[in-house]
Amino acid sequence: MAKYSFQVNGRPVTVESWDPAQPLLYLLRNSVGLHGPKFGCGLAQCGACTVLLEGKAVRSCVTSVKDVAGRSVTTLEGLGTPEKPDTVQAAFIAEQAAQCGYCTNGMIMTARSLLNQTPKPTLEQVKQALAGNLCRCGTHTRILQAVLRAAKA
Amino acid sequence: MTSTSSISRRDLFKTGGAVLVSFVLALPKRGAAQSAAASTESGKPVDPREVDSFLAVHADGSVTLYTSKVDVGTGLRIAMPQMAAEELGISVDRIALVEGDTLITPDQGGTGGSTGIPRGAVEVRQAAATARQALLALGAEQLKRPASELTIVDGQVRPAAGGAGVNIGALIGGRRLSLKVDAQAPLKDPARYTLVGKPLLRPDVPGKCTGRHTYIQDFTLPGMLHGRVIRPASIGAKLLSIDESSVQGIPGLRVVHIENFLGVVARDEWAAVRAARELKADWSEWQGLPGNEGLERYVRQGPLDRDQELVSRGDPASALPASDKQFSATYQWPCQSHASLGPSCAVADVRADGATVWTSTQGTHGLRASLSKIFSIPQDKLRVIYLDGSGSYGGNGNDDVAADAVLLSKAVNAPVRVQWMRHDEHGWDPKGPPQILELRGGIDLAGRIQAWETQMWLPTSVPGTRPFLGVDAAGIVQPHGQGAGQISQNGDPPYAASNVRVVVHWMKQTPLRVSNLRAPGKIANVFAVESFVDEFATAAGIDAVEYRLRGLTDPRAIEVLKRAAEMIGWQARPSPNPRAAQGNLLVGRGIAYVRYKQAENYIGMAMEVAVDRASGKINLRRVTCAHDCGLVVNPDSLRNQIEGSILQTLSRALHEEVKFDHSRVTSIDWASYPILTFPEVPAIEVALIDRPMLPPLGAGEASTAPVAAALANAIFDATGVRLRTVPFTPARLKAALLRS
Repeated sequence: MAKYSFQVNGRPVTVESWDPAQPLLYLLRNSVGLHGPKFGCGLAQCGACTVLLEGKAVRSCVTSVKDVAGRSVTTLEGLGTPEKPDTVQAAFIAEQAAQCGYCTNGMIMTARSLLNQTPKPTLEQVKQALAGNLCRCGTHTRILQAVLRAAKA
Repeated sequence: MTSTSSISRRDLFKTGGAVLVSFVLALPKRGAAQSAAASTESGKPVDPREVDSFLAVHADGSVTLYTSKVDVGTGLRIAMPQMAAEELGISVDRIALVEGDTLITPDQGGTGGSTGIPRGAVEVRQAAATARQALLALGAEQLKRPASELTIVDGQVRPAAGGAGVNIGALIGGRRLSLKVDAQAPLKDPARYTLVGKPLLRPDVPGKCTGRHTYIQDFTLPGMLHGRVIRPASIGAKLLSIDESSVQGIPGLRVVHIENFLGVVARDEWAAVRAARELKADWSEWQGLPGNEGLERYVRQGPLDRDQELVSRGDPASALPASDKQFSATYQWPCQSHASLGPSCAVADVRADGATVWTSTQGTHGLRASLSKIFSIPQDKLRVIYLDGSGSYGGNGNDDVAADAVLLSKAVNAPVRVQWMRHDEHGWDPKGPPQILELRGGIDLAGRIQAWETQMWLPTSVPGTRPFLGVDAAGIVQPHGQGAGQISQNGDPPYAASNVRVVVHWMKQTPLRVSNLRAPGKIANVFAVESFVDEFATAAGIDAVEYRLRGLTDPRAIEVLKRAAEMIGWQARPSPNPRAAQGNLLVGRGIAYVRYKQAENYIGMAMEVAVDRASGKINLRRVTCAHDCGLVVNPDSLRNQIEGSILQTLSRALHEEVKFDHSRVTSIDWASYPILTFPEVPAIEVALIDRPMLPPLGAGEASTAPVAAALANAIFDATGVRLRTVPFTPARLKAALLRS
């Protein structure tokens, strides 16, 4: 089986895959053991699988492993821990911006990507940045507040 | 290398379950450490009459609570410990909560109908109050003081007047209380609450925000295989043939075929995903659905099980024609999906001597009973364990996928994880039923309701559990019950009216399988009733809030209605808005009120919208909600539930309709079944009205009920157009604007 090497959360990893088109999501979850990114649709429609590739939000359910070789991936686990959350995670916790939490990975990773590029977004900019991330529980207002809180931190 | 297991239904039930033809992939050996279901922690009581069923005090003074109610993102995980901690005199962080495990949690019923607090936590609280009395008695012996002089603070039984105490762990830690729950055990005076009513943080949120929370989708077992199920091309199709060569290149794959049940199992999840996508299978033709367009005719003409008169007061038949003004209108609500963000998932480990199923079902005990019967596994050998999943909002695909996992695990004799794909969840989750309501009514010259009649068409209940998809496909005998929850409530006006009749035409059949979907039936019923009341108010030339207040006497009802109106800055005037135009936009406000189930929460809701005249697009501006659910346990979790109820129902009212043709559901992803997105999100303001001396009501769904009505009333106020069919798509509103 072919091997693919890349960085995940600052550490080098090598994974094996029988299919160069295998989406990164499955390898992160099943080979690397990182469960932050979630399978939601496999169609890049919902955002639950979002990771950062070179600091920018991408949908890992449609990102082939071969396209990630040699590059740097950050998952939700790589941002921080319950004890030492990063500013976006801390803001989500402070706002209790989750219900079931299945979409939370995508919300935080997309927000992190937004804040990397636009450190002080307006409410409207946050809404637009998250327009492609779906939440079914209806936690939207808290998520928006959390991103604005993180921008102030 | 692929191997195919074509299994007969009878073979599947042979001892051990492994009945396969050739199989090339070497399966991992099962470790002895993975003991069969029922061997751990056995012996713990689960009888809901016993205190030990609900709680255990450990030697270090910490406490574990046990409940069959589960936290599906609702905050029960903090609220229940708050209520128990208050009685026990310990801090919340000394409490662990075990949810939904058939081996060790008492059966308090499934999680639904907002019963987590009013039943689940209230029962746990009573057990805790009983335990408190026992702990005080034990402390009295130890401290040689009368129990009446003692209290429990920070897990210490000690004299209320002060002085040395003894830890509850030292009194009973690790041992059973062996007590019956005492329904008369005194509860703490709410005036002295220190934990209940506080916005304590939910313990699961840090893990959810850092990728450390284990969902069912994340759960793994040693040697676990990944399964996917291939549903038929049309709903009632029969499997005619499979072409295994179509998946020949996929490694380590096994195809499982039991009558019309078709699944794939592989060690690599992506292999299973690709195989499910690429496996060529021929299915028979089937065309048994009416299609969306034919749904109304299907409902109205379909065979009826029976008519049921739910409300019969006065003589509406005579009063209606005698009314000064008469009205009639038809309101329609489409089939909707739970549309869980993560497709349903389960892991099953079926062995010769029993089985364990990990699932995010909302009813572990009910699922165990069903699976036990269908698969002939005795209940004491079958353990069903809850793990969090993606929000389910009722009966989504969770139970079906658990049965899929059991079938596959039994067939391949290994633990199997099955996760549905997006098209499986959208296409095959049981749906919220379509609803048609025909209303007739009359008012006098002062606007007072003289007569009211509601007729509803709803799918009837059939005793027994809902059939599992996979079990049906495999040809295994199972019950074919039908039910969608308490869907006929709130069909009558909550205002003064002496001549009222509400009739349900219970339909024998339903085009798609149905199940309970958040606030079953009541969102549509309130949509119809509260829209119709608005029609009366408009015809009478009376402000919509004032009109409602005239028909209410209950002070709790009046308070929520007034608060919601005040918060949005309501100016009294009749509808529609005489000054609606703001550029290309038409601006309006609406109000709705409900007493949930005519017996529970009081909710007032107001909304402000701006309608784009040219496109028919509805811009949501503000929503205000005043909410009275009795005692408030955790105000922040409660607000989260209310905000979620409002936004999810706005999504349902604006966007959602399950589409189907004559053979299958065709809205099978987020493009064909769109939901609310961030740019549409309005500002939301919630006022909680706390009633500490009253019992706590459930609040997971009640505030969904007035949402569609308040929205429709706001659209009418803005445009003068009354939308009576959901969803309120731009195309639908634009067409109505052109007609007006």
